[in-house]
Amino acid sequence: MTQDNIIDIQHLSKSFGGVKVLDDINFYVRQGEFVTLLGPSGCGKTTLLRQIAGFIAPDEGRILLEGKDISGIPPYKRPLNTVFQRYALFPHLDVFDNVAFGLKLQKVPRKEIEVRVTKMLKMVSMADYEDRSVDSLSGGQQQRVAIARALVNYPKVLLLDEPLAALDLKMRKDMQMELKEIHRKMGITFIYVTHDQEEALTLSDTIVVFNEGRIQQIGTPADIYNEPVNSFVADFIGESTILNGTMIRDRRVEFMGHEFDCVDEGFGENVPVDVVVRPEDVYIMNQLEGAQFSGVVKSCIFKGVHYEMFVETDNGFELMVQDYNAFEPGSTVGLLIRPGDIQVMRKERTCNTVEAVVEDGSHIKMLGCNWECEVPEGFTPGDEVLAEFDFEKVELLDNREDGKLGGEVHFLLYKGDHYHLTILTDDGDHLWVDTNDIWDKGDLVGIEIAPADIKLKRRNG
Amino acid sequence: MVKRSYWSLPYLIFMVVFVVLPLLLIVLYAFQDGSGHFTLSNITRFFTDSDSLSTFALSIEVAIENTLICILLGYPAAWILSNHKLNRSAVTVVLFIMPMWINALMRTLATAELFSMLGITLGKGTLLFGMVYDYLPFMIYPIYNTLMKMDNSYAEAAEDLGAAPWKVFWKVTVPLSFPGVMSGILMVFMPTVSTFAISEFLTNNKIKLFGTIIQENINSSMWNYGAALAFIMLIIIGITSMLGETKQSETEGGLI
Repeated sequence: MTQDNIIDIQHLSKSFGGVKVLDDINFYVRQGEFVTLLGPSGCGKTTLLRQIAGFIAPDEGRILLEGKDISGIPPYKRPLNTVFQRYALFPHLDVFDNVAFGLKLQKVPRKEIEVRVTKMLKMVSMADYEDRSVDSLSGGQQQRVAIARALVNYPKVLLLDEPLAALDLKMRKDMQMELKEIHRKMGITFIYVTHDQEEALTLSDTIVVFNEGRIQQIGTPADIYNEPVNSFVADFIGESTILNGTMIRDRRVEFMGHEFDCVDEGFGENVPVDVVVRPEDVYIMNQLEGAQFSGVVKSCIFKGVHYEMFVETDNGFELMVQDYNAFEPGSTVGLLIRPGDIQVMRKERTCNTVEAVVEDGSHIKMLGCNWECEVPEGFTPGDEVLAEFDFEKVELLDNREDGKLGGEVHFLLYKGDHYHLTILTDDGDHLWVDTNDIWDKGDLVGIEIAPADIKLKRRNG
Repeated sequence: MVKRSYWSLPYLIFMVVFVVLPLLLIVLYAFQDGSGHFTLSNITRFFTDSDSLSTFALSIEVAIENTLICILLGYPAAWILSNHKLNRSAVTVVLFIMPMWINALMRTLATAELFSMLGITLGKGTLLFGMVYDYLPFMIYPIYNTLMKMDNSYAEAAEDLGAAPWKVFWKVTVPLSFPGVMSGILMVFMPTVSTFAISEFLTNNKIKLFGTIIQENINSSMWNYGAALAFIMLIIIGITSMLGETKQSETEGGLI
């Protein structure tokens, strides 16, 4: 840890009712930085912000402010201020008194309060509204007052909890620019929570991507966009097509049934990988000459600046393409992806691996149930083993009662020619499933696995 | 097809017969002498009769005292009931509200019985006790309601801006629950001014309130003077509720 880290989060964990909302969170924020905590709703980002503010106590871990642990300090003693999602302006006070609230508590002399409040209201372009009641203000104006109310105290860090979520698109864009300007002028560290990836890319110096209580990636907006570390980040940030591929050797990758040159190294030879292709990085042309592969345009939609097309490639994969020119649906096109635009990611897993216990010669216990399977020679009842089964060998049934195990579709990813689903079982275990069937997030499913598809392996150690 | 506004006809008839007509009668009687001639003497009699005036003053005083005691006891009670850390059960709230379901006269009689059993002399103390006992739920409930509906983010925002818990309470919770307190005041103050049963049973009529002398006048067939007194009280109630209303509209109502 260096001196210019204003906030240092160390091994922070938090559970609500047995569910882990944050799991071993580690990151730091540099003095003056604009850091965004980004993730889908329920990923733990707001819980983390509220812990920094002091409204929730962490179960484990520490939060350091300028090197000092503030975990045990109540919110009103922390030199941090929050801009709340629904503003939380005091309806019994006018605009001036709302902004002056913190200064009055600090017993700042009245003359100084007046100067600081006036200056701050001017900065958020609300100078003429001092005497107005907060109920008479529009959403955007209330948001400005809320920002002024927090900043007037010169906090060491300003915490912002989805402050623009309630504004309409145009207003949101304007406020984004203003927030960035305010951040630049004040030089105060901002920690900003949002689920809007476009907002995060626009505003931040550093983005921390969250999912399911864990940090997925920390990096600059360009890093996160251009080099996502896993399929979740790639899918969440911007538009992308995520495909299964094989790293043939350094700088050579195979996906969609073709081989491509790429710039990635160090994966090994013939290693399964995930490949991310951004739609704007696919070159589309009328002639096949000079193209790496061909495809047929399936749909073409005008998106304002560009056209968004879905192309079925010669080997039956669906690829999203963005281009300034429209290509007629039904037409055959040539396609090309440059080496630098192919992002290769190590696979987090290549099959399901579950802890299991051998019951007898033909049964094991895993995921809280008994399963029939072929137990090889040499395993005896009571042995603790690992059961492995491929993604496509898990069968999903419409009725959860029909399966041996019930579960819920938790996350889905389209991989060009099939869906890769994350299933959360009733007991809270995760299973990953490849399927051609269409499921929606939240669908309840029954889960079956054929005995022949379960492979047993000894646990290491 | 019948116009939908006709549906309100039964209610209109009800209102006219049971509200408008009696009110008109009160005004009519108040400005007439025994033989039916117009006069202001009933009104002037009240303002020149020192007995009536002092009874009136005492009534207002008792009503103010009762209201104040109800706020002092009711606000903390409502706050504790609405606080999830201190009160985890809805049953306690019902226990506080339950007395409202029992006839006030019965409760008052029971209280009087209790005092005589304990050998406590009836007087102003017992009168106030009975009033607070009768009207406290009417103060607790509207305050409890506003506190329950209050967005927790206001308290969090205040704490975030540097307010210690007791400052959060005084600077945010109390001002924001003001509409509830106003409703409570309206529901306690106004009925106390006109009450007569409590003073009758809990002081053996030793202390006479404004309601008592209206009742006495009507009972002894002094219709005109009784009506004049009732008219004066109506005006006072009207003024109080109007004061309350203006405050309410500023801060959004908190009535049940």
